[in-house]
Amino acid sequence: MNNFIKIKNLYKIFGNNTTEALNLVKTGLSKEKLLEKTNCVLGLNNINLNIPKGKIHVIMGLSGSGKSTLIRHLNRLIEPTFGEITIDGVNVLELNNKDLLEYRQKNMSMVFQKFALFPHKTILENISYGLMVQNISEQIYKEKSQFWLKRVGLEGYDNYYPNQLSGGMQQRVGLARALATDAEILLMDEAFSALDPLIRAEMQDVLIDLQLELKKTIVFITHDLDEALKIGERISILRDGFVVQDDNPQNIILNPSDDYVSDFIKDINRSRVIKAKSIMTKSVSIKKENVPIIDSEMVLEEVLQEITKTKNYFVLVKDKKDKIIGRITLNELLTGIQRPRKEIKKYA
Amino acid sequence: MEWFTKFPEMDRNGLREFKKTVDNAFTSFSRNYGEGIENFFDPLLSFLVAFEKLFLNTPWPITIFAILLICWLASRSMIIIAGTFLSFLLIGYFGMWEDTMSTLAIILVATLLCICIGIPIGIAMARSNKVQTLILPILDVMQTIPSFVYLIPVVMLLGIGKVPGLIAVCIYAIPPIVRLTNLGIRLVDKDVLEAAESFGANYWQKLFGVQIPLALPTIFAGVNQTIMMALAMVVIASMIGVQGLGLPVLRAISNQYLALGLMNGLAIVVLAIIFDRVTQRIGKRMQRYKSD
Repeated sequence: MNNFIKIKNLYKIFGNNTTEALNLVKTGLSKEKLLEKTNCVLGLNNINLNIPKGKIHVIMGLSGSGKSTLIRHLNRLIEPTFGEITIDGVNVLELNNKDLLEYRQKNMSMVFQKFALFPHKTILENISYGLMVQNISEQIYKEKSQFWLKRVGLEGYDNYYPNQLSGGMQQRVGLARALATDAEILLMDEAFSALDPLIRAEMQDVLIDLQLELKKTIVFITHDLDEALKIGERISILRDGFVVQDDNPQNIILNPSDDYVSDFIKDINRSRVIKAKSIMTKSVSIKKENVPIIDSEMVLEEVLQEITKTKNYFVLVKDKKDKIIGRITLNELLTGIQRPRKEIKKYA
Repeated sequence: MEWFTKFPEMDRNGLREFKKTVDNAFTSFSRNYGEGIENFFDPLLSFLVAFEKLFLNTPWPITIFAILLICWLASRSMIIIAGTFLSFLLIGYFGMWEDTMSTLAIILVATLLCICIGIPIGIAMARSNKVQTLILPILDVMQTIPSFVYLIPVVMLLGIGKVPGLIAVCIYAIPPIVRLTNLGIRLVDKDVLEAAESFGANYWQKLFGVQIPLALPTIFAGVNQTIMMALAMVVIASMIGVQGLGLPVLRAISNQYLALGLMNGLAIVVLAIIFDRVTQRIGKRMQRYKSD
């Protein structure tokens, strides 16, 4: 199930005469040159991604990097210029109109940056929308919507209208609306970007909580690295419509693939993000006398607190099954926290 | 250099021939098809007549009560109810009850007709840019062409009577509802529409579930404008045989009866104000979800 969503050689070019533009892009023409030459805008440039089932996959990039365009290809709100998208063995691009509608109804739902709730419908009607579209009987969809209304913590708000709710509450409704259809895939397009920091953190926790239980395949778009590191189990970084790095969060921080990525992560508080397991020296034969043992998932900030309590300035690391898998010395810890002393070059 | 000082126009005979040809062509067209077209509009005529009879034959207290009830349901405003009640009492007292009822009947039928034709056209325009570029100039012509000009062919085809009057009113009154339906649907938030699409809504579900409900306040502004324009046509329509408040006004113009003209004119104004306030209230009530 590692390749639940498979994207292969995906290109998107906006403009007229995209076939000619596509050929130029394939020969390696840059975004700026293409615009100059053909008046076409390069949206996505040869995207290859595998998204596993049941995980939160974050797609990150600055505005204009094509992340919103990419997510809209998954439910074909935008048609690609070239490429392949397979989801659970179904070639999404070959679905005819009728099948596509059914696919959107049953298999994926979406949460939007600006909430995009229906202003003329009540909260309960909003949550019911995905089910109403499927012509499900009123009794069933009301029951389900009530359930999700409670689940996102908005019990009693059934008959309010969206604009009577605060931003955070509105996005809870957006989330409930997406979850109510029981779709396997959840597309979240900068879902929390419009919220203020406290509410955003709160919503991230709501999502993480829900995900522990639901195990959906979530494609989450954001431009915020902290958010990506907090919720992402895997992160793809996009620049000018191209995936520059697709890796797990620890690797992205420890081994950025190019200057663009290192520029991205330069302001991050490394001690709060990097985990013990990422910097430890693997070794199995260690004496356990008087040495604190820490969890491998612990972040360096916490490790620092532990290590300063000891005489010898080193700790042992155990995994989930309480097996010792490595050690960390103070020196290793400090190297991990320290930002790599590399000149940050301007990327092309 | 004569061409420079005097416009090189078509010669007189040619021009005469040209006009004659057009006239003859239309005359023979109306001779051949006039009856068919008239028959086509028969159901409309009987509908209009039935409506008029209903208004005229109902005893006045019941009519007033019904009107007040409708106003209340639509506007929920005591001020509007009181104003309406007083206006209709005055109209009746000054002997304009029957004319007012006839005018009400034709206005209501014309408005219904405009809604039934105009809203689908507006929807089609919102759906396709091609349809929009095709229809917009037609609407421009309908709104700017002097009404007397299209009265001529209508009268030639259908003669004098209620139906040609009704058609003239509709031609004049339909553009706003078409335009505002189109505009209202096009102004619906793209994000919201995209959300509907992402949940797999089809065209009709999007149209009736999202676009039209959200465009309704704008569409209703169109209905309001259509009613106002229909009322404005009452006097001109009376020139081709439409009963109602316009006829006395016409008589007053030709005979210089100041009081008669003023009274009937003011009755039209009063009707317009009532219609306007009531429909505006409906439009506002449709946006209740916007208030906190």
